[in-house]
Amino acid sequence: MINTFVGNLGHFSVILAFVSALVSAFAYYQYTTVSELEKPNWRRFSRISFYIHSVASISIAISLFEIIYSHRFEYFYAYSHSSKALPVHYMISSFWEGQEGAFILWIVWNVVLGLILIHTNKFWEGPVMLVFALVQAFLVSMILGVVIGDLKIGSSPFILLRDAVSAPVFSINPEFVPEDGTGLNPLLQNIWMVIHPPTLFLGYASTLVPFAFLMGGLWTKKYSEWVRPALPWAQFSAMILGMGIIMGAYWAYVTLNFGGYWNWDPVENAVYVPWLILVAAIHTMITFKKSSTALKSSIVLVIASFILVLYATFLVRSGVLGDSSVHSFTDLGLSGQLLIYMLFFLFVAIFLAAKNWKNIPTSEKEASVYSREFWIFIGATTLALMAFQVILPTSIPVWNALVESFGGISNMAPPADQVGFYTKFQLWFAVALALLTAVGQFFWWNKMDGKKLREALAMPYVVSVIISAGIIVLGKVYDLSYIVVVLAGTFTIVANATILFKLLKKSTFKLAGGSLAHIGLGMILIGVMFSSGYSEIISYNMSGLTYSNSWEDELNKEHVLLWINKPTQIKDYTAVYKGRQKKLEGVPGYVSVNLLEPTGNVNEAIALDDIVVRGRTYHQKGDKVGIVLEENDYFRIDYFKDEEFQFTLNPMSQYNVNMGLISSPDSRRFVNKDLYTFVSALNDFDDPEWRDDEFYEVSPGETFFIADFVTTFEGGEVVEELDGMVLKEGDVAVKANLVIQDFGVEKRLQPIFIIRGNQLGKIPAIDNELGIKVEVENIVPESNKFSFKVNRYQKDYVVLKAIIKPQINVLWAGTIIMLIGFCVAIYRRYDEFSKMRDKGLE
Amino acid sequence: MKKGHLIGLGIIAVAIVIIITSIGDASTYESFQTAKAMKLRGEEKPIHVVGELKKSMTGIVEGIEVNPDKTSFYFVMVDSDGTEQKVFYNEPVPADFARAEQVVVIGAYKTDELFVADKILMKCPSKYQETEVSNAGI
Repeated sequence: MINTFVGNLGHFSVILAFVSALVSAFAYYQYTTVSELEKPNWRRFSRISFYIHSVASISIAISLFEIIYSHRFEYFYAYSHSSKALPVHYMISSFWEGQEGAFILWIVWNVVLGLILIHTNKFWEGPVMLVFALVQAFLVSMILGVVIGDLKIGSSPFILLRDAVSAPVFSINPEFVPEDGTGLNPLLQNIWMVIHPPTLFLGYASTLVPFAFLMGGLWTKKYSEWVRPALPWAQFSAMILGMGIIMGAYWAYVTLNFGGYWNWDPVENAVYVPWLILVAAIHTMITFKKSSTALKSSIVLVIASFILVLYATFLVRSGVLGDSSVHSFTDLGLSGQLLIYMLFFLFVAIFLAAKNWKNIPTSEKEASVYSREFWIFIGATTLALMAFQVILPTSIPVWNALVESFGGISNMAPPADQVGFYTKFQLWFAVALALLTAVGQFFWWNKMDGKKLREALAMPYVVSVIISAGIIVLGKVYDLSYIVVVLAGTFTIVANATILFKLLKKSTFKLAGGSLAHIGLGMILIGVMFSSGYSEIISYNMSGLTYSNSWEDELNKEHVLLWINKPTQIKDYTAVYKGRQKKLEGVPGYVSVNLLEPTGNVNEAIALDDIVVRGRTYHQKGDKVGIVLEENDYFRIDYFKDEEFQFTLNPMSQYNVNMGLISSPDSRRFVNKDLYTFVSALNDFDDPEWRDDEFYEVSPGETFFIADFVTTFEGGEVVEELDGMVLKEGDVAVKANLVIQDFGVEKRLQPIFIIRGNQLGKIPAIDNELGIKVEVENIVPESNKFSFKVNRYQKDYVVLKAIIKPQINVLWAGTIIMLIGFCVAIYRRYDEFSKMRDKGLE
Repeated sequence: MKKGHLIGLGIIAVAIVIIITSIGDASTYESFQTAKAMKLRGEEKPIHVVGELKKSMTGIVEGIEVNPDKTSFYFVMVDSDGTEQKVFYNEPVPADFARAEQVVVIGAYKTDELFVADKILMKCPSKYQETEVSNAGI
């Protein structure tokens, strides 16, 4: 039965949200412009309309979640993004897997931020909320799903499957509801993907706040007052956006098999660039608050950060990146709408800024080299250049599209070696930043001249040189450019730590945000240098196989083939692939597939033996057990060093009907490095092509060879009972016991031979891991010999890539310290703002 | 000259360097024919070629040869002009490679006969179009 109520409710909410956003925009415009006498009325009206908008927006989100949660597969969104097997926390990921869900998430965050702003501001409510309401109108229009003639406005998540897809089944039965959905992209079935998108979208949403304050300021001619309320929000936004980026990087590191946390993919670049600009904006805003300079640069940077977020959305969601990104986003036909959204705000911002440019106060005096303004300005410029260097090549597909839309031909492609290309600039910019932060912080807290500066910097300089020397020797950093990175990184850590201690001694923790964030930067720099610059692939193929092409042998094979049970050398380790495993509900760790027999139902199997983990029996033989996502296979690989067992890693792969093989790494975490491994190819034994028959005639007790395997035929026994088959009176069933040895692993194969009257029945025994199928071909009573028919396939294997990533924990620790620094700074600036507001000054 | 002007000039200089290297390091989209011409001219720069895997009459992908240690393979690709080319890739066969609707190889000619890919981007059939609703439910 098709439930149309939820969908209609959702769609109605979308329309209500759209209309109420427009109404509140109008109302807030009135509220800001009317005379004092009329203000209270307009304020009440504006607030009510924004509240209605808020309720409608939240109702959109609830309706969509209800569709997913209740498995209403009659809706296209639930059908294409969810399935019955998904646990609840992944249903949350399903919610924003589709673009419509992502827009809803963005809308809801804006509502939350808007409600907070209404209740924390006095003067600013009108102009700021006008900008908010306009942005909301644009965002809601993305999911409007209204078609007027050929014009399609928005893509609604509430359309029914039968309206979205033309399948013959719907013309037979319009009420048809699929049994199950197509499921969630397996790459997104990760706990980081549950929390990364909301964080990132909160980051996106919050860039609107400083922008809205700026627009409000320009509009109401408060050219400099907007900075105070906007600053804590800009910091909040940079903190959240930074956290979102780091979570994304971490997700890529633990889930994807790209081999790292950052790949300079267009999608990654698109969020990195606004973040850089936002950080630059924060610095110029702080300078402005201290010394009334850099207001114009702050204005430009705040506008740029907001527009760049919209540009990022356009890049990622318009399909323009097409074949230059590994992340695929389908084009929902929203490109035009996204473009209008971006250009509208770009135009309004430039118009307001240009109109008021002459009236914006500037400081005429030239900044001295010994002033903090000078150094901060250089720092902000460096950040802006970093952003420019990244956004330029990332925009090549846009350039091509632009040229082609004017009838030209452009065949420019992004750089072939993205990592190398971006690193050669970003590395040196980052070194410059590290040095600037070290020097800049001293200027910040003290009045400086040349002599004082030398005195102040001497001590941190000497200390950091000594520490760097230690790092260089211990870490064997002999590359000149990496030595410079270590020096710059340590210098900024030491210099900022010096400042931090002074601040903590003299005053409160409140002022420590800057130095903490900069210490984080230094650690990130050193962590990135080690984990990327010195990452070492250890899975070189040492099989010694040669090919017909001699040049091919010169290429490094970066993957190693592990046959099951066969010890293989991987640098210092000996690795042994021990077979496939599954994860069971309520059982810790993983369980070998040899103990499980599928029942045919989703995520269900029967235990072939007791399931015992660390001495505790979780399931008895014959129990029905629940599998956590049955498509997931975990490949058990044991690592030995000098014959001694070290640890086990279980890299995962998922065979997904829609996406083929998906591989997820498993890493061994050490304090000073990670051993990062993933499966890059595996054996597919669903439907093996068995090789030609081989026949063996053996007596009980005899040992013989099947290929390389030492096989012992222990003998045959007459059995009275067979699983899954009823024996009749007069039937004879003989079970042959074969024991096959493979690198110390014993496998028991028991093919069965049945005689019923004149007929013969043969039940073969198959071992997928060894790739062997054995049948009892005949029993020769005269010579007491059994004749076996053997077919072979290949043994099970995995192709593995293993990489050592040194000091990656320094990177993660650095990001956390930087985020803490941001939080401290937000607290301080918000405190300043609220004190001023409560005095009635703002 | 004021310090502000010096800084301004410095910024412009860095920006120009960035633009020039971006253009210089940018790769291009080529066909196998133009790529081979580039190789003959002695240009070794990696380029992008867009195309499809070679398919038999019945629509089955042919020409994939996996090396015995399974860590590299050859395949035959047809570019948008219809030129067939044997390509080597020094990585295991990517998951669902044979299902890719469109393949972008980034690399260069090694010899006149063989193109070596440093990187492969695949466009797989989108989930939306591919799933047959009727199979999924009944």
